[in-house]
Amino acid sequence: MVPLSYYLMLSAVMFFLGVLGVMLRRNAIIIFMSLELMFNAANLAFVAFALYYHSLSGQIFVFFVMTVAAAEVAVGLALIVAIFRTKHSINVDQLSSLKG
Amino acid sequence: MSALIFFFTFALIAVGAAVGMLFSRNAIYAALLLIVNFASVAFLYLSLGAPFIALAQVTVYAGAIMVLFLFVIMLLGAERLPPSQELPWQRPLGIVLAFLLLIEAVYGIVFRVNSAATLSLPVVEFATPAEIGSALFSTYLLPFEITSVLLLVAVVGAIVLTRAEGGARRRALVSQITQAVATEVPEHKAETPEEEKELV
Repeated sequence: MVPLSYYLMLSAVMFFLGVLGVMLRRNAIIIFMSLELMFNAANLAFVAFALYYHSLSGQIFVFFVMTVAAAEVAVGLALIVAIFRTKHSINVDQLSSLKG
Repeated sequence: MSALIFFFTFALIAVGAAVGMLFSRNAIYAALLLIVNFASVAFLYLSLGAPFIALAQVTVYAGAIMVLFLFVIMLLGAERLPPSQELPWQRPLGIVLAFLLLIEAVYGIVFRVNSAATLSLPVVEFATPAEIGSALFSTYLLPFEITSVLLLVAVVGAIVLTRAEGGARRRALVSQITQAVATEVPEHKAETPEEEKELV
């Protein structure tokens, strides 16, 4: 069977790619997608550990992470739409002023 | 052996899709590659004995959330952004810090996780949807209900945030309606006595 460390390694690589996306990309929507990628990496580690310990709690926690991610995406995309209406851009380099 | 082949196939697809998302110029392609990543991770969940989580991944992530992403990308027309670089030192610094994080994580996994630990599916039924449902509605009932409140708050927040700019127009409309109602109400009062006389 597959060792636990392989799944953890895959999770680490996916988290790393998400961090790289947040650091390098300037499009707010792609930064958001990279956040989702990091959520996904954490979920993968949770599910792998749930199987390793034969415990249901890991999978339940993944369920809650998914719902929180859904709420976060709804609010975040609404924020992006609101920012786009005032700034006419979603490039994060141009969002450097606090007041409108 | 077949489990290893399964794992490496879908792990390669997941990592490849994530890398493609990272470097795609077009946000639509990035969203589609992220869907590929989510689907392959859902297959990995299946192999980890988590059918409920795998299907929730496909329906909630690849279905609902990514459709929302695509909808917003197309709504804003923000597929491509003009290149701009205001902080020249930020990109190399970000790459270095991200690689530091990766090295740290790999170090932790290689030296702290027992490398002989293998994952094997238990003989008895594990994490069936029925089991997860009963756990959600007994042990985790309170967090589950709090989640519903959280989703409600998110819905209200999204509506308020996206409708805020229409406030002036809506106020004008409301004042028009109230004026119209105010002018019409006396007419109704005048009409009713005549109607009453006719009835009498």
